Amino acid sequence: MYSEIVMDHFRNPRNVGHMENADGVGQVGNPKCGDIMKIYLKIKDELIEDVKFETFGCGSAIASSSMATELIKGKSIHEAVELTNKAVIEALGGLPPVKVHCSVLAEQAVKSALYDYAQKTNKVIKGLENYKAEDDEIHCQQ
Amino acid sequence: MSKKIYLDNAATTRVRKEVIDEMSRYFDELYGNPSSQLYELGRKSKEAIEKARKILANFLNAEEKEIYFTASGSESDNWALKGVAFANLNKGKNHIITTKIEHHAILHTCEYLEKFGVETTYLDVDRYGLIDLEQLKESIRPETMLISVMFANNEIGTIQPIEKIGEIAKEHGILFHVDGVQALGSVKIDVNKQHIDLLSMSAHKIRGPKGIGGMFIRKGTRIDNFVHGGGQERGRRAGTEGVQNIVGFGKAVELASQDFNHHIERLTVLRNRLIEGIKNNIPDVVLNGHPTERLPNNVNFSYKFVEGESILLLLDMEGISASSGSACTSGSLDPSHVLLATGLDHGTAHGSIRFTISEEITEEDIDFTIETMKKIIDRLRAMSPIKNDEDLKK
Repeated sequence: MYSEIVMDHFRNPRNVGHMENADGVGQVGNPKCGDIMKIYLKIKDELIEDVKFETFGCGSAIASSSMATELIKGKSIHEAVELTNKAVIEALGGLPPVKVHCSVLAEQAVKSALYDYAQKTNKVIKGLENYKAEDDEIHCQQ
Repeated sequence: MSKKIYLDNAATTRVRKEVIDEMSRYFDELYGNPSSQLYELGRKSKEAIEKARKILANFLNAEEKEIYFTASGSESDNWALKGVAFANLNKGKNHIITTKIEHHAILHTCEYLEKFGVETTYLDVDRYGLIDLEQLKESIRPETMLISVMFANNEIGTIQPIEKIGEIAKEHGILFHVDGVQALGSVKIDVNKQHIDLLSMSAHKIRGPKGIGGMFIRKGTRIDNFVHGGGQERGRRAGTEGVQNIVGFGKAVELASQDFNHHIERLTVLRNRLIEGIKNNIPDVVLNGHPTERLPNNVNFSYKFVEGESILLLLDMEGISASSGSACTSGSLDPSHVLLATGLDHGTAHGSIRFTISEEITEEDIDFTIETMKKIIDRLRAMSPIKNDEDLKK
């Protein structure tokens, strides 16, 4: 059902855990839909120095969060904002069609954390000017 | 990997060796068509079917001519509902009463029957999964033709007061169908004492083969045929009989009837050990289903703040097979309709795991499962952004 890479990230999730004093925090999803992702960013000179995630969800939700954190770690905030759910799926070696929404959630969690950082620091990140995470109910139906 | 522990016996069971042995003769040795009565090979097949029919009839306290073989429990459910509906619609009867926690073979059939003018009342259940007999009585209309209630629920194991429901149906002259797929072999079924008119059964839940179901139809019941064609099953269900499967079904029921009480006692002890072990070792869990009125092999808990599919994947890595009521495992958007009907919130329902044991499970298996679950839940909770009931409600 899942690719080897998905199973690897599920079994050994990268960057999992809580972060104290994060510079940006983003949480998307809700318990009703069965998945929630929370991403914490440590940012210095517009570079993502560290990233952590916490996820309530299925195997692919955990793997998608883990992969998304890998893909943005060490990148600049301007690069990170370009992360798409397709890139997450590709890096995971594919996701079953019913699990695509997990990758969407991962993309949104990253954007939401970046937006939080931008708000706190009065910065403008291109592409996130008027960012609003998709309504939870919408993601539920994807 | 260590030993495999199969704890999904409500999904299906391992076929008993004795059943396989009995069946195997009917593939290459006794392969005659039971309709071919003019030679011995055909007659032998027919005899084998009638022997199985007799075993089932005895087990249910029914008559042999009231037992029919179908291809599955789902076919039996379809036959019961559609057969009764089509036979009664033109008699001014168009109402069925069932429950919110039935198997989809019932729920989707009721939905389909709406196209033909059938109206359905879906009874609520309480937090333990039990229906309310008063609500049942209040739901009865002059047009009610059928009450269909599952004996025991496949997900949470709750056993309904079937005899009392049967009395109410009988009092009102309404046919009573019981989906007995999960109950067969685990609960005493007596179609007369319990006033059952139609009973759906399946072989593969009681260590028989897949692809064979059964139905008890009380004689004189007004019901149309469902599969039309040849004259098999006394003209009521067409199609060349799956002789080897029928033989296997008969053998499985025979074996189940032989050590019935001992089997239930043993499973109940193991079930309670698992329930207590989980309750005492893992915080923030909710037992789904009834504490005592439940199948002797069913253990269903919700583990708050974590999601079911993740638990199943980690269990599988430890060699344990189970199932979940989470949406992620069903391919649908919502968690199990059964758990939601008991009033469980979505977030908690997503973290539900069902273990269903068999007589092949040992105390050591149960203890290993408890230990493994504790580790898995700790691990997933450490990863979860939801830490308390408040987070869960958001």
